[in-house]
Amino acid sequence: MSGDTAMREVGNSMPVPEFETTAFTPLAKPLSESTVAIVTSAALHRHGEDGFTVGDTGFKDIERADRNLVLGHWSPNFDRSGFQLDLNVVYPIDRLEELAADGVIGQVAETHYAFAGNQPDTVSELRLDTGPNCAAKLLAAGVDVVVLTPV
Amino acid sequence: MSTLAHVFEAAGLATIVLGSNLSVVERMHPPRVLHCEFPLGRPLGKPGDAAFQRDVLERGFALLDETEPVLVHHPETIESDETPMACSLPPRYNPDLPAAVDEAQGLRAAYDRAVDKRGATSVGRVISADQVPEALGVLDQWANGAAWKDTPLPDPNPIAVCHDIRTYYEEAGLELADGPPPAGRAAEAWFHEETEAGKTLMAARAALKEADAPFPMWFYMAPGHR
Repeated sequence: MSGDTAMREVGNSMPVPEFETTAFTPLAKPLSESTVAIVTSAALHRHGEDGFTVGDTGFKDIERADRNLVLGHWSPNFDRSGFQLDLNVVYPIDRLEELAADGVIGQVAETHYAFAGNQPDTVSELRLDTGPNCAAKLLAAGVDVVVLTPV
Repeated sequence: MSTLAHVFEAAGLATIVLGSNLSVVERMHPPRVLHCEFPLGRPLGKPGDAAFQRDVLERGFALLDETEPVLVHHPETIESDETPMACSLPPRYNPDLPAAVDEAQGLRAAYDRAVDKRGATSVGRVISADQVPEALGVLDQWANGAAWKDTPLPDPNPIAVCHDIRTYYEEAGLELADGPPPAGRAAEAWFHEETEAGKTLMAARAALKEADAPFPMWFYMAPGHR
């Protein structure tokens, strides 16, 4: 069995957090006038700065110009070579810049965020603490749309 | 990602999840999902292919036109390929050293070039590139019967040490590999199956298991399916 198949089967058998309803925020203005940010669970952080600890449910900021990024996720169970070759395959910041230059999106957010993909069973930290905290930062920065990328 | 999508939408942000596991997104119901059956670790699909990556994003942005929760499948499936990537390894230089230690030292120039090129390295979770040969020397001892409690690694966390060793090799190996970008997991396969370091790591892992070391300690030294 391939590694990806094995990992997807693990995902299939894992219990997931339950949400009674799906919150839905329509985009209130055209995409071409909207500010877009990336939030990833790849545990990215700047080279030379402290990374994520095991089980860390916090998040770190990534400035728009940052390209000296480290893939800090603790799992050995996914491909890392794609990121090494081209960080956009995980964190498509250069694609956002191009889409903004072409007028497809309005602006690229000045700050983006990385989580570490850690999700304790209750996900209470993400739901009640770090998730809302990150959302508040995004909203305060005028972000309208968030692209969420896993690894 | 799906949990954050729920939280962010409740706060007033519009979100798009690039979903990598269909079962998870189907059960968690985040508001807008573009399900991408791509290699894990490559949510935008293809490194070095800007047009493909842009297409993925534009398909995701198209979901913003929907008026209710939506899950759409990207039309292309990209499989990982665990055929080891083609990459030359340094010849044996010092036969007095364990083969993995000798090999790691021989890869240092390629690793340094890779770091210079990117301006960053993912080596350094717990050990530096300078300590990779030393760590491999300890794994070699474990593989050959030394007691892990009496023969410590440069850092007490073997999972993190093995991450740094593998990353050192993959960053160096990608600098040496010819041809188009390797498929998902091809570099992982090269490390574990072709290199002396990977073979030593797997032998050390087996020795720990045999010695009844704690399960998490040895299991997560390598991908679970190995």
